[in-house]
Amino acid sequence: MRSLLVALLLFALPAQAAEEEVVLGLSQDRVAITANFDGSEILIFGAVKRETPIPDADQIQVVVTISGPGRPVLVRRKEKKFGIWINVDSVLVDSAPSFYAIATSAPLDQVLTDTEDLRYRISIKRAIRSVGAAMHIREAQDFADAVVRIRKSEHLYSVRENTVAVDQQTLFRTAIEMPSNLTEGTYTARIFLTRSGRVISHYETPIEVRKVGLERFLFTMSRERPFLYGLMSLAIAISAGWGASAAFRLLRNR
Amino acid sequence: MQIYLPIAEVSVNAFLLLGLGGLVGILSGMFGVGGGFLITPLLFFIGVPPAVAVATGANQIVASSFSAVLAHFQRRTVDLKMGLVLLIGGLAGAAIGVVVFNYLKSQGQVDLLVKLCYVFFLGIVGALMLVESLNALLKSRKGTPAPRRQRNWVHALPFKMRFRTSGLYISVIPPLLVGLAVGVLAAIMGVGGGFIMVPAMIYILGMPTKVVVGTSLFQIIFVTAFTTMLHATTNYTVDVVLAVLLLIGGVVGAQFGTQIGLRMKAEQLRILLALLVVSVCGKLALELVLMPDELFSIAKQWRH
Repeated sequence: MRSLLVALLLFALPAQAAEEEVVLGLSQDRVAITANFDGSEILIFGAVKRETPIPDADQIQVVVTISGPGRPVLVRRKEKKFGIWINVDSVLVDSAPSFYAIATSAPLDQVLTDTEDLRYRISIKRAIRSVGAAMHIREAQDFADAVVRIRKSEHLYSVRENTVAVDQQTLFRTAIEMPSNLTEGTYTARIFLTRSGRVISHYETPIEVRKVGLERFLFTMSRERPFLYGLMSLAIAISAGWGASAAFRLLRNR
Repeated sequence: MQIYLPIAEVSVNAFLLLGLGGLVGILSGMFGVGGGFLITPLLFFIGVPPAVAVATGANQIVASSFSAVLAHFQRRTVDLKMGLVLLIGGLAGAAIGVVVFNYLKSQGQVDLLVKLCYVFFLGIVGALMLVESLNALLKSRKGTPAPRRQRNWVHALPFKMRFRTSGLYISVIPPLLVGLAVGVLAAIMGVGGGFIMVPAMIYILGMPTKVVVGTSLFQIIFVTAFTTMLHATTNYTVDVVLAVLLLIGGVVGAQFGTQIGLRMKAEQLRILLALLVVSVCGKLALELVLMPDELFSIAKQWRH
């Protein structure tokens, strides 16, 4: 009975929130990783569609997130034992996105309440799921924080506050840079419209990140025909070694 | 010029890799070491994941060693017979080493063990070589000829064999054992094992330094080729694009290295190698003792 009630409430919510909706444009909905891939910038722009006049309440705010596919991550911690630093314990974080960027139109704590953040998993902290991850280790949160810290230093996670420009409470745009150490997968772009910290509308669209051409060919071969791939690597190595030797002999004999 | 590596999944500067390969190639040609103990840490440093660095390093060593060994063949500084004996021991050792490695992996802490292995062996080998070659250099300065090598326990064993290129008539047991020991270590540490092989050949087997380099390279080719195949088929961590960039630099460097090596005195060559080994050891030891900037680390999950 209770679950039915929850379901009803969930159905009721979008109808109530539909007064203001997102109309979205992306500069590209796929990122091709080519041999000379050096990062990419995705332009996200759109408008707020509404049937009624702009409400007199707080200004509309926009939050844009792009997240990579979530994967379990093993985090290890070092401690000094016998005079050297060694790994002492580890925690498996259930799911952490390989890439995560948030852009907001105002400081994050002003555009979003904690409850809404919890519900939509918007901030980096919430995007990482470590429910039940080794509850016996007291500092399980430290491990999740470490994931954020390490990935931030690798430019994989980022918070870009005040980088979404909103015009006339209707048009918005932002650009999100994606670094060169990107992994493949289906990324998700999410756009949230908020007023007084409450999400009034959201929209989701996939962005495909794929290796193409030579990168695709080599990657597939290494996974599907590993023996042949290994032999090919050796053949290249041997012929390059022989080629250099022969070339030098020619040079010296002249 | 940035290049995206398909297996490592990072983008790196192509010229940086060419230079890195060249540097290791020069060392490879000069000293007869594969350079694995140098290239792997250097690749970590530029952001290549460790598993890919180890596997691809092995492939690159095949190329630079092959290039260098051809140069040595022309100068007849390869003792094929000795090389084959060492290789038999080496392959058997590598097979044992893989079993040991997998056991350690299941126990965790394999990274630490590999590092400790490095520090221990590099430290001992480097220090011994440094002391010995400094002594030899001082003696040759004074003008007294180096004393003829004494007969030690190596000469008392049975199954003697004549190694003409090395000018030796010794038992096959010591070279087989040296090959075996190096093979085990090579598989555990993910290197060709040249930096252990070279001193072992000089000090235990009593081979002349000039022949040692070529012979060591000869057997390194086979050991690292074996390692490459193993990594490619089990871990899928050989990055062929990374390997090509490294080995273009490496094969050219190896040719220059061989030329430099031939123009230098054996004692000088040994001092330089000893210094190199000691400094790499010192760096690794410091890493273990000093507090790291980041106490946490993310273990890469390699999914197939």
